[in-house]
Amino acid sequence: MIKRDENPILALGGRVISPFIMLFALYVIFHGHYSPGGGFQGGTMLAAAVLLVRLSAGSDMGELQFKKSWGTYLGAVGVLIYFGTGLVAMLWGGNYLNYEYLPLSFPANENRAWGILSIEIGVGLAVMGILAAIYDDLVEGEPNAWNA
Amino acid sequence: MLNYTLGHYGYWFTLVLMMLGLYGMLLKNNLVKKLIGMTIFQVSIILFYVCSAVKWGGKVPVLDPVIGAADPSKYINPIQHTLMLTAIVVGVATTGVAFALVISIYKRYKTLDEVVLLERMKNDNDAD
Amino acid sequence: MKIVNYLILIVFGALLVYGSAWLPERGNPNEPLDRELSYAGTPGAAYYYIKNAKKDAYTDNMVTVILADYRGYDTLGEETVIFTAGLCCYLLLRQRRVNHDKKG
Repeated sequence: MIKRDENPILALGGRVISPFIMLFALYVIFHGHYSPGGGFQGGTMLAAAVLLVRLSAGSDMGELQFKKSWGTYLGAVGVLIYFGTGLVAMLWGGNYLNYEYLPLSFPANENRAWGILSIEIGVGLAVMGILAAIYDDLVEGEPNAWNA
Repeated sequence: MLNYTLGHYGYWFTLVLMMLGLYGMLLKNNLVKKLIGMTIFQVSIILFYVCSAVKWGGKVPVLDPVIGAADPSKYINPIQHTLMLTAIVVGVATTGVAFALVISIYKRYKTLDEVVLLERMKNDNDAD
Repeated sequence: MKIVNYLILIVFGALLVYGSAWLPERGNPNEPLDRELSYAGTPGAAYYYIKNAKKDAYTDNMVTVILADYRGYDTLGEETVIFTAGLCCYLLLRQRRVNHDKKG
């Protein structure tokens, strides 16, 4: 990367806007039932909020928001949540990933809606962790990316 | 003839994008330009699938309480959109791995040009 | 060598344009893709999913129901692919600590 001078306007703008992007991404994940959205879209927007601070204010400031080592851990937690929902359905008597057998006390319709919600949360966390981890790996070793 | 053109012109634009991506992958010598061609090719396939999922007078596949679900010819086909959602994110992850491989090649051979790279790999193999 | 690449490109492009004549007509709701029964007599997938998404899963958005409920196993595979790609990047590029020599 080319060494650039410090840009206080870009740094401030990125730091202020990033929490609002995360809030909107959470809205997109949880409203995947009623409007276009869901896990993959919300997860990519969460990753964009994390990457905005890293690109505008430098990776040192990005470490204060989201550490470099959390990326792969979040990816593993997301995949575990997905697998876990399927296993819970199997342990309570049904097939793998058959949400009607989840141990919630709703009619069979709404059990499936709650199963879909838990899967979307798992997918969102996994996509955010992995996209942030890929950027951090590609930038590793560049001395100019670390203090903008 | 006019019916055939009106029913198929959408696919021809997608084929133009596909050919541009293939041109970048086959005929450029720089490794990063080849990767850009690969990304254009992936996006053209996504566009092709989504293009084929349309109906005259159809609506977005979210249930409308006014129209109801009794007549499925009023909603466009939702299967292609579902398949392409994951394809987009998998494309990003694959491009990330491809760039990681390019960085590793540069650290070892100190060049990004395909012809020079093949020369240096051959010299490495002959010197062993 | 470049002339072979140019020929491959042109021939492949011509083959694709020729093969796109048999693709379904965009917009017609009577194509075999969207019918109630397929050619073999089995129920057509898109017709069934649009009719029964709200009844089966209490959810308005048909795309989410297909992605996470009817075809949830495929989404599990795709998520594993994304996780594997992230792990590959990590293993290729992170500089790990140098191992100390073990004394025998």
